[in-house]
Parts: sequence; structure tokens; C-alpha cells
Amino acid sequence: MKDRLDALRGPVPPLAHDARAIAALAANPGCARRAVLDAAGVDKELTARHVGFPAPFGRSRFAITRGDAFEAQVKESGCAELLRLLREVLHLPIPEVAYHDVSDVGAHLRHSHTRRLIDRAARDDGDAGTFYDHPLFALEIAGHTSYLEPDVIAFRLGGRFHVVEIKSFPVIDGQADPVKVAAAARQAAVYVLALRELLRELGHDPMRASHEVVLVCPENFANKPVAALLDVRRELAVLRRQLARMARVEDLVASLPEELTFDLARDASGIPTRPAAELADALGAVAARYAPECMSACDLCFFCRDEARACGSTDLLGRHVRDQLGGVATVSEALALAEGAREPADGQDEIARLLRYAGELRAECLEGLELEGAR
Amino acid sequence: MSALAALARLRAVREGRAQRLTTVRHCHVSDRPMVFVPFQLAGEAAAPLAAMVGTDPGSPRLLVVPQPRDRDLRFAFAAELAEVVLPYVEGFGKVTETVERRNADPYERCLDAPQLVLPNRQGVAFTGLLGRSTRFRRPDGPFPVHPSVPVLGRWLTFFAERASYPGSSLTLAATDALAMHWASGQSDLEDANLAALMGWIDPPPGRTGLQAAEEAEDPLLWPPAGPATDPGFDNEVLAPAIEAYAEAPTAAAVERIRQAVRSQAEPAWRLTWRALELLRALPAGGSVAQRWDYDRGAFTDFLTRTAEGAPPQARRDGAVSAAARLARMERARASFDAQRAYDDPLVMAEYRLTGEAFAGNVVATEPEHTEGEGRSRKLRPLVTVATADPVRLAPGTTLGTPDRRGQEAEVVEVEGGTVTIKITKGMGRGKTPAPGAVPEVGERVCYTSVTDDFQAAAALPEPEMTPWTHGGPPPEYVPTDEDAGEEWS
Repeated sequence: MKDRLDALRGPVPPLAHDARAIAALAANPGCARRAVLDAAGVDKELTARHVGFPAPFGRSRFAITRGDAFEAQVKESGCAELLRLLREVLHLPIPEVAYHDVSDVGAHLRHSHTRRLIDRAARDDGDAGTFYDHPLFALEIAGHTSYLEPDVIAFRLGGRFHVVEIKSFPVIDGQADPVKVAAAARQAAVYVLALRELLRELGHDPMRASHEVVLVCPENFANKPVAALLDVRRELAVLRRQLARMARVEDLVASLPEELTFDLARDASGIPTRPAAELADALGAVAARYAPECMSACDLCFFCRDEARACGSTDLLGRHVRDQLGGVATVSEALALAEGAREPADGQDEIARLLRYAGELRAECLEGLELEGAR
Repeated sequence: MSALAALARLRAVREGRAQRLTTVRHCHVSDRPMVFVPFQLAGEAAAPLAAMVGTDPGSPRLLVVPQPRDRDLRFAFAAELAEVVLPYVEGFGKVTETVERRNADPYERCLDAPQLVLPNRQGVAFTGLLGRSTRFRRPDGPFPVHPSVPVLGRWLTFFAERASYPGSSLTLAATDALAMHWASGQSDLEDANLAALMGWIDPPPGRTGLQAAEEAEDPLLWPPAGPATDPGFDNEVLAPAIEAYAEAPTAAAVERIRQAVRSQAEPAWRLTWRALELLRALPAGGSVAQRWDYDRGAFTDFLTRTAEGAPPQARRDGAVSAAARLARMERARASFDAQRAYDDPLVMAEYRLTGEAFAGNVVATEPEHTEGEGRSRKLRPLVTVATADPVRLAPGTTLGTPDRRGQEAEVVEVEGGTVTIKITKGMGRGKTPAPGAVPEVGERVCYTSVTDDFQAAAALPEPEMTPWTHGGPPPEYVPTDEDAGEEWS
């Protein structure tokens, strides 16, 4: 299986997933293309660019600077500010806490160092709080290990570990953008899952990693941080289900042509040399399930949208419309049903009747307007 | 989304052009709107970067914060914005009319009201944030600002709140207003891009809607309509310009930022005005004027309260005011839905498709049918309508009709392709109906269970009587130095 995935990717190391990418796996679980590419660790961003559909995800320097500055501020002087916040949300009685910066040991040792520290902490029954800054977690995804570099801190208190997630979107008068909070919760769930896996491997009770994560954001319009507890049990369940599905990616891969590969044929300087049309054909061999929501989550979104346009798919119009159309796959088929130019197939009677009647009603109501043209 | 709207989107794909969702316009378009295109600095909670604002499409005012992280410059921006917005808003207070009311004292209402138009919904949200970050400031005390700043904050908050009030047109988001009237050949997520949506509705000559929408996604051709800026623009154009200003805050450095920002704001400015033009060209629905009357009332009310020195809007509603607001918005939603259906056969068609309304020709009438005996004998004409609509109405359901709005009817029987109804209200006291009160055989009629009935306001206690289950009476707002000095970084 691993060989097969390696062949799909070509002779480059698999792309490491970060927590954001892992969280996004759950965004469109029905998409085989995404499942296969992610399982093989294909660089989707580069692939999309090479086939002429670069992803629309730029990040502004201003946003990056502000995010980094806020994180640095929260972690300043051994997380002094964070401790103040945790006293409030977790009702900590403790006067002071220990602080371990895991990155002290250098990048290559960070994961094993994280393991050792967490193991020691889990054995220790003491009640002192401890911060672990820059830990490195590992999570197995479809057969190979991804390392997660959280901007988070695992915090231990009374034998329980809490994941702390620092985000720079504001909480204004106690309310934050629900979309951003949901994204933060999905991301934090990835860390909780990785931490639980680690505890399990070390022979400890995985449930000692709490499902309550601490979200730290700037309050109102100032840089002053504020913390809140987030329950990520739902996100954990979705994530686990999705990872289990990815482990079964064999079935998907087995049905693909033997010679299929997404190899970009990079030259010595790393520049892809594979003919773009050939790569596009290879991508086309794995079915995608495009939805407009992909445009906020997947590097290949513009490629898949273009493909959906080429075959006139009703997916283009969004899930609301697709639901209304009762699963009729293409625009032309739906219009033919509406206009009576096509006999409804089995199970399409209902939707055909509805569309035909909708067409008649539109014609009746727009009769007088036709003279003015379509608008 | 209804099947009717889904079909319109399918047609838009095939025709390469947006399709009408309505036969009339359901929002008010002012003769003198103010278009407001704000931009914010990425990554910050509410740091204004620039705004293009004004009432004349030909001469916008461009306000720029050359260093968006500088608090003083932000307040200078707010004061400058107030200079444009407040005279516009307060100007409408000068001419009023006296409105007579039954069983109540007459009151004064402004003859017209301001209308703030933004390119999109995110612009409205940002307007609310700007309002929130300025309305608690004070002209005196330890952190003084220009006296116009807190007043501006209240008005921006007012406009942002009205935007979420169904049927109100005091604040319009161009994308939402357009999407209410036209179905594009793309998803509603993509409709949030004003340039793309306009591409479908009003493509340049020789282009299909799809081609125009594709071009609209190129940030170099069509920069985003704010408040977020294009990351590429931030990194390559804006950041170096701001750095240059930080090194040497000269007039030339400011001008460089102004030019940069102008290139981002101008397309959205033009598109928003064009959107208003397209909307204005549609004939107004029958209830638009009535809803605008309420808007004028709400505006007059707020203008008066502000003049009388009412405190700024609370950060969060107390329990009672939140419940009252929710109830008001629910009633407004029901009323707006019903009015649109009554004003517009194409909106009514959605209810006909789901069986909540039907239309057809009258095949039989019994105009002098009565119920009751003696003094309580009442005229209850029966009308039988033949319809092809899939009626799903139970006997006894109350009905209204767009053709005779004062009347109310009731379903008597639904059988095959005919519906028999009984007119129960609006028949007068006579023994025979007034001419024209009962539809004639052969007349085309439409009845629906969707009605815009008057609903009494929810019975809620006074705020000072809030029960302990809801946190008890909310503390009275007392302005503090802390509010006035709140960090804005």
C-alpha cells in the first residue's frame, strides 16, 4: 500500500500535514480526489499551480505580523500573561507554574523530547502546573506520520493536560466570529487527538488530555488577551471518523489505473517539468466532489470548479440548489426535465414534476417582463 | 432556497446571464443615498485603513489612515468621516411632517431619511465595529476626542443594526440587495463578491456573465470590494508604502498611500453606484413605500433621542431588550415575507409551488351566502376557484389575497382541481355584497395562507423588573473614563 501511495506521489518526500490541513480533511469527506492526494502526501498547492489553477489563499503580511506579535505577547516571560488568564478560566489556585520550552533541544529532537516530558509529567502525581511551549506532536495519517508544530502549549494541571490555542482574531464584547471559532476548535481538536495518541503509546490514560481546550484571543480592540474554554468533543469525533476513512484509502487506490501518478517530475532545481495537460488528466482519473465551500479549504478548488463547469455540474450552484434538485447531476439534465424535453428516469418523477411546474410558474409571472429582456 | 430560485440559477447558467427572481423591487432606493466603501488593515480587529464615501458618484471623498496602527490618526480619520456622514444624516432632520394617529397623539416624522449603501455584508459588519470602537468616546476627560467622534459612533452603530432588520432599507449591502432580485449562474458564496455578481447581472458588452465573473475574481482587475484588502496588494504595494511613511511622514508618502488605496476603492465605488442604478430601474413593489415610512420613523426616533443626549447603545442588550429586539425582528421578517409575496406574483409563485397559495379562475360563486340567524346573520360569500396548483391547505385555514387586501377568507373544501373558500372578513354589514367585493366567475384570483396580520408586541416586563432567572435588572449605563479611553490598537 505504501509503495502504491509513494508511486502516486513520485520521488519526493510526502508533504507534512499541519493541523490546519488535517482539520480541513474533514471539510469534504466525500471527495475521493482529496482523500487520495492527501493520503499520498502530494503537494496540492504546487500541483494546482502547475496545472494553471493556483489556489486563492494569500496571506497578508499585516495579518502574519499581528498574529506573531500577539502570540509572543501571550507567551512573554514564561507565559506570565497566560497564567493570569488560566487562573480565571480554570480557577487555578496555584501561585506559580513551571515552564518548559521544548524547542531548547533543537528541531530534530523535539518530538522525542516532547514524549519524554509528557511521559514524566503523566507519571508524576504532583499538583504543580506546567507549561510546555513549542511541543512537537506526531499523528499517523494514512500510513505515514505527520508532525504537528502547534503554536500551542500543553498545560498540565492535576494530572490533566489542556491544549492552549492562541489566535489573533478579536473577541468583542464577549463575542467572536463563529466561523473563526469553529476553525480554531477543529485545529485544536487535532492537537488533542495527537496528545491522546501520545499518552496511549506511553501507556497512560488518553483521556487525561482534556477535551476542553483553552482559546486565547485579543479582547475588544486592544491587544489584551482573554481566554475561554472550548469543548471540542464534536470536532474530535468528526476528525477520528475522517482519519479512519483515510486509513481505508486502499479501496480508493485499488480502483485506480496501475500507471497513474501525480509525480510533478521536478528537475534538479525543484521545478516541475511534467506536461500540465498530462497532470490534469491524472487528476481527472480520481473523482472529485466539488462544492463551493471547497474555495475556503482546498488548494485544488479552482481546478475542480473548472472541471465541474466543463461538465455542467449542478454542484457549481452550491448545496442549497443541489438539494432542491434532488440529486440531478447536470444543469442541462435539470433544465431538460423542467422543460419536458427529457423523460424522467426512475425516481426522478417527483423532481421533474416540481421543476416543470416551477418553469410554468416563472413563465406565467414573467410574461409581461419578457418585453424588457432578461432583466 | 426554493425550487423556483434553483431553476432561475440553472437558467442563468445556460443563458450566461442572471435571471430575475422578482417582478418588482422590494427595497427602497433613496434619491440621495450615501455610498460608503470602507477598508481595514488585515489582522487587526477594526483598524480603519481607508474609506471612500459620498453622495455624488462623480466626486467621492477618500479618507486614508497612512499609519493604521497609530491611534491618533485613527481618531483623526473618525473625525473626518464624521465631517462627511453627520451633515448628511442630520440634514434629513430639518424637514418633518405631522403624522396623525388614531387613539394617540400626532407626532413629527422626517420627510426623508438617509440611506447608507455598502458594497457587501462584511462592509456592514465593519461599520458596526467602527461604531462600537467610537461611540463610547468622550470629548472631555482624560482621553478627549473630537466631539463628532462619539456621535458618528452612534450613527454607524444605528446603521449596522438596521441592516439586520428585515425589510429595512436604511442600510443596504449591494450584494444582498442584488441577490434578492437576481439569480446568478454561480453559488451564493460566490455572489458575495460584488464584482462577480455584477458580472452576471450586467456583463460588459460581448461578454457572458460567466466570463465577466471569472474576470472579477482576478484581484488585479477587480480588487476586493473591502473591507478586507487583497493580500497581494498588502504585501507588494501597501506594506512598502506604509513603511516609507513610517520612515518619513511626508506629504509625498501620504499621497503614495492615497494613490494605492484609491486603486482598490474606486472599482467598488463605481460598482456600488451601478448596482443602485440597476435596482432603481426596477419598479417599486406596492409595500416599499410603507416600509420606508417605518424606516423614516425609526430614523426620526433615533435622531430625537441622540439630540436629547441619550447614552450610546449598550455593548450587549439586557435580557428584556434582547427579547424585545428578537420579537420585533421576527414580526418584521414575517411581515416582509408576506408583503413581498403580495406585491410580487413571482414571489407568490414560491408559495404556490409549496402549496401554501393557489391561483386560478373563479368557476362558481355564491355572493349572498350567509351564516347565522336573525341579528347575527352575516354575509359569507362562497367562491370556487379552479386551480392547477398543488394546494396543501386544510379546511378552516385563514387566507388572504393580494387582489383584495382588506378581506380575509377561509378554506371550505379542497377537491381535485378546485378550492372553495368563504370570505369571512371585509364584507361590510349589508345584506348584499358591495359591487366588486366578491370576485366574478371567470376572474383570476390568488389566495394564500401567508398573511401579514397585525401581531401585538410581545408582553415583556420593564427592564427594571427583569427576573433573577435572566440576571435581574441590568445595571444602568454610566459612562466611565475606562470606556472613553478603551484601547484601540
